[in-house]
This record gives sequence, C-alpha cells and structure tokens, in this order.
Amino acid sequence: MMSESPVPAYAPRAVNGSDTPPPGGRPVLRTTIGTTSTPQQIGKQAMATKIEIKDLRFYYKKYEALKGISLPIYDKRVTAFIGPSGCGKSTLLRVLNRIYQLYPDQRASGEVRFDGRNLLDPKLDLNLLRAKIGMVFQKPTPFPMSIYENIAFGIRLYEKLPQSEMDGRIEQALRRAALWDEVKDKLKQSGLGLSGGQQQRLCIARAVALEPEVLLLDEPASALDPISTLKIEELISELKSDYCIVIVTHNMQQAARAADYTAFMYLGELIEFDETQIIFTNPSKKQTEDYVTGRFG
Amino acid sequence: MDLYVRRRIANLVILSLSIFATVIGLAWLAAILWTLVANGVSSLSLTLFTASTPPPGGQGGLINAIYGSVVMTLIGTLIGTPVGILAGTFLAEYSRNSRLADVVRFINDILLSAPSIIVGLFVYAVFVVRMGHFSAWAGAVALAILVIPVVLRTTEDMLNLIPDALREAAAALGTPKWQIVTMICYRAAVQGLLTGVMLAVARISGETAPLLFTALNNQFMSTDLNTPMANLPVVIFQFAMSPYRDWQTLAWAGALLITIVILVLNISARVIANWSRVKQ
Repeated sequence: MMSESPVPAYAPRAVNGSDTPPPGGRPVLRTTIGTTSTPQQIGKQAMATKIEIKDLRFYYKKYEALKGISLPIYDKRVTAFIGPSGCGKSTLLRVLNRIYQLYPDQRASGEVRFDGRNLLDPKLDLNLLRAKIGMVFQKPTPFPMSIYENIAFGIRLYEKLPQSEMDGRIEQALRRAALWDEVKDKLKQSGLGLSGGQQQRLCIARAVALEPEVLLLDEPASALDPISTLKIEELISELKSDYCIVIVTHNMQQAARAADYTAFMYLGELIEFDETQIIFTNPSKKQTEDYVTGRFG
Repeated sequence: MDLYVRRRIANLVILSLSIFATVIGLAWLAAILWTLVANGVSSLSLTLFTASTPPPGGQGGLINAIYGSVVMTLIGTLIGTPVGILAGTFLAEYSRNSRLADVVRFINDILLSAPSIIVGLFVYAVFVVRMGHFSAWAGAVALAILVIPVVLRTTEDMLNLIPDALREAAAALGTPKWQIVTMICYRAAVQGLLTGVMLAVARISGETAPLLFTALNNQFMSTDLNTPMANLPVVIFQFAMSPYRDWQTLAWAGALLITIVILVLNISARVIANWSRVKQ
C-alpha cells in the first residue's frame, strides 16, 4: 500500500527521543510498513525518555502478537496506545510491568530500557519493578478487604509506617484519586461495596499510594459510566504532572482528550507514533487516518 | 394437531416419571429421618450427656462416646485441614496445567471415593500394629486421611473460582506470590474454604469403619489419646447389634444425635457458601 521508503531501515527515527541517540547501526524501528514516522517532534521539546522500547516481540505460545515494536515513552506525559481489538496494545502494556509473566506460555524478546536497565532482564526483581511501575486494569479489582486496607496493603509490602503516617499516606492517595470526599467516613467498610467508578478510583489510589514512577492504565474507563469516565480522565490529566502515564484505550475521543502522544497499532505492529494532535489531525499514514476518522477498525 | 397431542402426552409421561423418581428418592430420606426421630427422641434425656455407656441392663448415657467423637473429629480435622488446604493451593496456584498436578488430582479423586474401611485397615496396619494397641490417635489419623481429599478438592475448586484479574492486580503492586495467595486469594475464598472444612467434618463425624480398626471402643470415659476411646459410630454399631433392649435404645439416641449434627453442619456449609455468593 505504501511505496518503499528511501530512508534506510537503520536510519534514526522519530521514535528515538531527542535525548537518546540510536544505537550504532542497529535497526531501531522495524515496522513492515516500511516508512518512517514523521520526525516533527525532534528537537521541539526536550523531554526525558522514561521507557525506551526497542524491537519488542511478544509471543503467546507460538503466536507472535507483537512484531518488533520500537517507541519511546516520555516522562510526565500521557502516552496512549490505540488500535482495533487484537492489535496488541494491551499486550504491549502488559510487557511494561512484566505482568504477562504470571502465565508460563507467554514470553517477550527485544529490549525495554527503563532506568538504564533492560526491563526484560530475567534477573530483574519483578516485585521491585512492579512497585515502580503501577498498573490499573480494565475491570475494577478491589481486594476483598476494607477501603483503608486496600491501600495500606500495597504500602505495607515496602514500608513499615507508624499508624499516623499510614493514615496520612492513605488520605493522600485517596485525595489524589479524587475519592477521599466520597469515602472518608467509611474507610473501614469493604471496598467491594463501592460503585464501579469508585472501585476503579480506589484501584488508582492503590497504585498511586506506592508512589510509582510510571502508571499503566489498561482501558481504565471501559467498564464505567460516562460520569465516572470523565472523573477518571480528569484524574489522568492531574496525575501526569508527576508520573509517566501510559494508557490503552478503545475510545479515540479519550485518547485525543487525555494523551500527549499516541501510538497507533495494527495487527501487532506499530503503524505510527507521534504527538496526539498530529495523529488525529495530520497523520502521515493512510491506515492511521482511516482508523482515527472511523473508516476502519 | 396430532403432533401437538403426542408432544403433550410425551411431556406428561416424562414429567410423571421424573416426579415419581424424585418422590422415591426423597421418601427414603424422609423415612430414615422419621424412623430415627420416632425411635430416638424418646431416649433423648439429660443422662445421655452426663453418664458413660452402661453395662447391659444398667443405666447410662453416651458422654464417653460423644467426647471421643468430638475429640477425634477435632484432631482429625486439625491434621487433615492444613494438608488439604496446602495441597489444594499447590494445585490451584502453583502448578496449573502441569503433569504433576494432573497426577495429584487423579490420586486425590481416588482417595475421595475410596471406601473408608480401606483407610481404616491402612491405619491399622501401619499404626495400630506397630504401636501394639488401639488408640484414639490412630482413630484421629484415620479420620484425617478422610478429611484431606475433601478439603483438597474444595480448596482447589474455590481458588479456581477467583478471577485471575485479582491475582494480576495484586501482582501489579509488586506483591510476592506467597502473599498474593495468603492475603488475597485465601481472603477472597474464605467462605468456600470454610464450607469445604465443614463438609469434611460432616463426612468424618459419621464414619464407623475407620474407627473400628483404630480407636476401637472404650466402655469408660477416657481422655488418654494413647488408649482406645469410645466414639458414637462404633458404640451405635455395637449397641444396635446387641440383644439388650436398653443398649438398642441408646443406639437410636446416638444415631439421632449424629444425624442432627451432620444435618446442622451441612446446612451451615450451604448457608456460608450462599452468603459468599451473595456478597460477590
């Protein structure tokens, strides 16, 4: 569909943030589409790359679900992964905290640099990694315990705090998740008794309470009503000043509203990655344009 | 129209047969309960709980047998429950889809349906023969062996009911595996686990065969676990087979007692299980 690009495959791509030079001679972005992303943002903003994904491949048993993905994820920005069902966007997200490793027949190869280390290194302490990279799932998953304990649980894994300090941390986490006013009088009640939207914000509070560096959100609002969705989106835009946020979403308006950068994926490949505004108004790929304008997907 | 009539008739026949079969099934149960109540209720009295089993022709109660049953059931449950829960945890949390798990599950299913007399004989051979005498300990061990497969099975089933999303959520916080299991999964499945234990208790509290070969019986009140100990099932067996009228009456009372206890345990297990379903 696209003509072969004149740019050689190993040329530096837009997906390398301005602060990360491409490793010498190594093909960085290997999309089979064959053309580069627009290098518009190079030099425009000097942002720190928090996570650098290089030639990531992912397998469910023998099935290749990600076919060589490379992209940077910037700190203090919201990056959205969009694409039709089955394109691999959730799979990509689940690599970033290696949650896929709960299932023995799933594996990843390639490189994901985080804090100067390859996050796929088998020697990495997964629990410490996951404390730094928090995750919120599609369906709210409160633990079968009180609202207070839901948040204290994660904190206690890593810190031994006196009661008063713990109370403070829990209030702070609930405030950050915009849930404090609704639950401050019933902290001892079960987290299962909250509404879906409140449960999801409880899960965000639980993740934020660990003070992670990265927050992964896997379709966090897809099971919620419009008002709860709005609250979650407001929350995301507030949280991005402190965290590096990655969000997977089916909802393109949500990506357009909430994300600074957007990656469009299709059939396990990264088709285009750019500033959200460009992806939605002036994408360089026909496929991206077709998808964001609703013509396919 | 002809087809319609035929269908109606077929439906009626099947419905009648089903109802008939149900009534037969329930009728036996009702008859058993009725016989127990009719024969047992007259001999229920306070002395049942104050006096030990009498010699033929004497006055007495069942306290030594009740005590023995409670103690051995309790010890059997205390030994069997941790083993069953841990093994069930191994199957559900640590070795899903592995060959070893399939083997363990298969063996457990065999143990679940093994005749209890075989368990009794086994404990007799490896325990009683070596010790040289019958004992309450041996009885408790035999009961524990019966507890394990029941608890193992319910534990595995209940843990499998917990959605993986909950495990993922806990893992995503950096929770070590053992804490995911003990603090999240167990907590989410606690009612189910409790139900399994209660069903196991209900099962062993009426078992006769394993005790016959292990704890035997004792005419007197005994609290020494190294000696034979009286227990309700064996006392019922012995007294019911005896030619003495007063022993037979006590056997009826004991049978009614056991039935009530098992009924209560089963109903509570059911209530607890339902309660957890409502909550989720």
